[in-house]
Amino acid sequence: MSGVSLLIATRKGAWFLLGNEARRSWRVEGPHFLGHVINHVMLDPRDGKTMIAAGKTGHLGPTMFRSDDRGKSWKEAARPPAFPKEEKRSVDHTFWLTPGHADEPGVWYAGTSPQALFRSEDGGNSWDPVSGFNDRPGATKEAGGSQDGTPDGAKLHSIIVDPRDANHLYLGMSGGGVHESTDRGATWKPLVQGLEVVAGFDAANLAFHDPHCLQLCPSKPDRLYQQNHCGIYRLDRPSDQWIRIGKAMPAEVGDVGFPITVHPRDADRAWVFPMDGTDVWPRTCPGGVAAVYSTRDAGASWTRHSNGFPAGQVWWTVKRQAMAADTLDKVGLYFGTTSGEIWASADEGENWSSIASHLPEIYAVEAASS
Amino acid sequence: MRVMIPSALRSYTGAGEVSAQGATLAEMLADLDRQFPGIRFRIIDEQDSIRRHIRFFVNGEQSFDLALPLKEGDEIYIVQALSGG
Repeated sequence: MSGVSLLIATRKGAWFLLGNEARRSWRVEGPHFLGHVINHVMLDPRDGKTMIAAGKTGHLGPTMFRSDDRGKSWKEAARPPAFPKEEKRSVDHTFWLTPGHADEPGVWYAGTSPQALFRSEDGGNSWDPVSGFNDRPGATKEAGGSQDGTPDGAKLHSIIVDPRDANHLYLGMSGGGVHESTDRGATWKPLVQGLEVVAGFDAANLAFHDPHCLQLCPSKPDRLYQQNHCGIYRLDRPSDQWIRIGKAMPAEVGDVGFPITVHPRDADRAWVFPMDGTDVWPRTCPGGVAAVYSTRDAGASWTRHSNGFPAGQVWWTVKRQAMAADTLDKVGLYFGTTSGEIWASADEGENWSSIASHLPEIYAVEAASS
Repeated sequence: MRVMIPSALRSYTGAGEVSAQGATLAEMLADLDRQFPGIRFRIIDEQDSIRRHIRFFVNGEQSFDLALPLKEGDEIYIVQALSGG
């Protein structure tokens, strides 16, 4: 591995940040798709060269762009995600992209708004609905109404393929809860035990569950972490019971946020970027003070990291796809703000520096090896 | 017939004006998609609804009806209704 590529998806296009191995020097490449709303750009780790970008514009419908040469050239997918006629609904945008299992080259998954799961078997050129999920009993009720989703549409996100088993899938619905399949998406069961919902609402109603981001630990695939609308959680399978590890966060900071990122080799390590969830839910840095928090003990305790951040008057928002880790030693961490800045740490969060600014509103950051 | 293409769709056509055939707006769009694959889905969704910010004008008259009959010599404008920022 000679360096790190950051794939930045924004409201106005995509950019790549190319870093050397020391991660001290970064080169900006882009824009790609200037003016397109790009929700996610992903590199296929199985071949190191296929990329997919999920896009639309303010005026045109959604589509997918594919690259076979790591983003040097792009071609539109022949058949982007779309609902069958009988469903009487239309895809507004694709929100999430996940490459499939290592044993299934060419397979990709996509999560859309309105919430639905799609799969491609040909490297993202054509997409079909995963009817076992989209048409499951109660699907409409679980997804809730138009007021139950995020402001720009309910999202299906955090599609996870178990690295040990291509048939074992997880996903998150905002709102609608966490769901699991063990038969490659044919059938699903909810996985929400222990997750809290907003006070006064019934946790038995899946529509009230709002997982913001799920991460599976590559070094321990039976462990998942979750940043939820209502706290930070850990799940150790085969248990079905999520544990609210965010209760160990400082009370004045809380455990509200969007992203969570895990260590590639140490399942006890995870990082979050807390946001203000008080009264009207500003979802900016609590108190105007930026800090990343990490755990080294699976959530029993949390450590604050703020070296390099401005001292105060910092009102960043970091969206659920906009925080990532690389696989180097020490692990590099990255996040993008809705105000268009990328911050990086080459030492697992101890020290931070801004490596790009003045970008459009950042939706997603992915780290890939160069 | 002549079809005027907005800037947002010229990545498909490579030109601001193209020719297409069809007895209705829907048929004309199908012909456009044959010539320029993918263009139709950006302006018409999978339920055959005109996307929110797209408008069609035939000989200067706005139409929301994809069954609208067309004839040789008609001039069609596909327009992106700009909004937002």
